[in-house]
Amino acid sequence: MVDTITAMDALTHPVPAVTEDNAFFWRAAGQGRLVAQRCAACGLLRHPPAVGCPACHCLDHDVVELSGRGQVYSYALLHHPRSPRFRYPVVAVLVDLEEGVRVVSNLVDVDPADIRVGLPVEVAFEPTDDEELAVPVFRPRTGTARTGTARGGAGATDGDAR
Amino acid sequence: MSGGGLNGRTAIVGIGATEFSQAAGRSETRLATEAILAALADAGLSTADVDGLVSYTIDPVEETELVRALGIPEIGWSSRVPYGGAGSQGVLLHAAAAVASGVANVVVAYRAVRARSGARRFGAARAGGATSSHSGTTAGQWCAPFGVLTPASWMALNATRYMHTFGVSSEDLGRAVVGLRDFAATNPAARFYGRPITLDDHQASRWIAEPAIRLFDCCQETDGAVALVVTAADRARDTPAPVTIAVAAAAALAGQEVATDHYSPDLSVMTGSTALARRLFDQTGIQRGDLDLLMVYDAFTPMLFMQLEGLGFCGPGEAKDLIASGALARGGSLPANTNGGLIGEGYIHGLNLTTEAVRQLRGTAANQLDRAELALVSASRTGVILARA
Ligand SMILES: [Zn+2]
Repeated sequence: MVDTITAMDALTHPVPAVTEDNAFFWRAAGQGRLVAQRCAACGLLRHPPAVGCPACHCLDHDVVELSGRGQVYSYALLHHPRSPRFRYPVVAVLVDLEEGVRVVSNLVDVDPADIRVGLPVEVAFEPTDDEELAVPVFRPRTGTARTGTARGGAGATDGDAR
Repeated sequence: MSGGGLNGRTAIVGIGATEFSQAAGRSETRLATEAILAALADAGLSTADVDGLVSYTIDPVEETELVRALGIPEIGWSSRVPYGGAGSQGVLLHAAAAVASGVANVVVAYRAVRARSGARRFGAARAGGATSSHSGTTAGQWCAPFGVLTPASWMALNATRYMHTFGVSSEDLGRAVVGLRDFAATNPAARFYGRPITLDDHQASRWIAEPAIRLFDCCQETDGAVALVVTAADRARDTPAPVTIAVAAAAALAGQEVATDHYSPDLSVMTGSTALARRLFDQTGIQRGDLDLLMVYDAFTPMLFMQLEGLGFCGPGEAKDLIASGALARGGSLPANTNGGLIGEGYIHGLNLTTEAVRQLRGTAANQLDRAELALVSASRTGVILARA
């Protein structure tokens, strides 16, 4: 049994591989904002970032702040192999955000027994080795009942509407 | 008609491999050279016959070094295929296309790895750069800051969702591994030769990525090299043991990454395999029921399940039933991964699945099937159907 994993336990995250196309995402996280690209022409949200819109080929985009609310689409408790940069098990999640984009992230402040597909979550931010950059992580949304402890089985509640 | 121009016009005429080990004790270039010399000897050809080379974008061997070491006088064509192991059967597509088009006469396809003893263990936790060694992906940069550092961890995110959607358990996965280890136990070239396991053994193996991947669900990081020689069907008739390339195909969908795809709407379905199956079957007239053997890229057990469904060998969520029926195991109606697969034999990045298919069609496999006329090798995004010549 693993103790509850809390944000306090987290080590500083490794610095993301920053490129001219993705820097805005990590810098926004450093300012406490979860953002995504939005096509300037058709409004399609996209993540991971892309240099153009696959729907309309517009090359211009805005960067918009997201609500930070979503649901766990999938997850995995990573046990091995181990990097000294993380505490184990690493709780890896795919989060479907309310706005319709998906991100890879970590779940924090959670008892592993409570992790399930469909769990409502909200964004938080954790530091990286570069103080101007942070990573968006997620924790169970406050006020949501922790119903059931199904993990991966077909019986787990799935509120995902995708 | 995709692949139509290639159908039956080329053949694999030689296969070669080094031993598969945990510590080869020699360079990848040396391993590739040994495998290529063995494959040419198997084909009854010489290095002077070779005028084409193809490997993976992430293979560490430099073509110029190979050519120098082998004494190949003139290369007229070479290529590399992205997508890592998912692209592995793409080397057959490239080789067949080059030969069928006439730009090359004899193409050597090869892969050399020191996945276990090399400077970078394949399954090791490592931080990703913005790209991944020219593998054709940039997805790792969105995983690495979160400790999602290994192929198993990338795959587990898809696999958990798959298991959730269809009610698949770790025991369901384990039944497939028991079958793979049964084949490996009687394959002297396999890492797990003489070491079958029970379902209890599988369930007792430690978690790598819970609740999807246990240690025994993982392919074995392996040192070694594999090579195959491809030439035209008419020239192949003069070689000792040709195997016809009935069709070779690749299907890379928008948004897909090397081993996985974290962003498509429904991750419980392997849509890339469905697209591949359209090219292999629907566009050639070959029926799934015509096959005698499946060789399916099993880097991790969930990939085997999801691929069987994506390729249309059963419906969505039904791979667990297909496995439980024993159809894919020893003595089953459609045996799969008769060398033990990547999980049981070793992991030469998928290309050792192709050499097993060739052996079965030649009648020289360790676990030889009674009937082996037509075999599919699938690496989820790339695949080839081979026929007894
Ligand atoms: Zn647009």
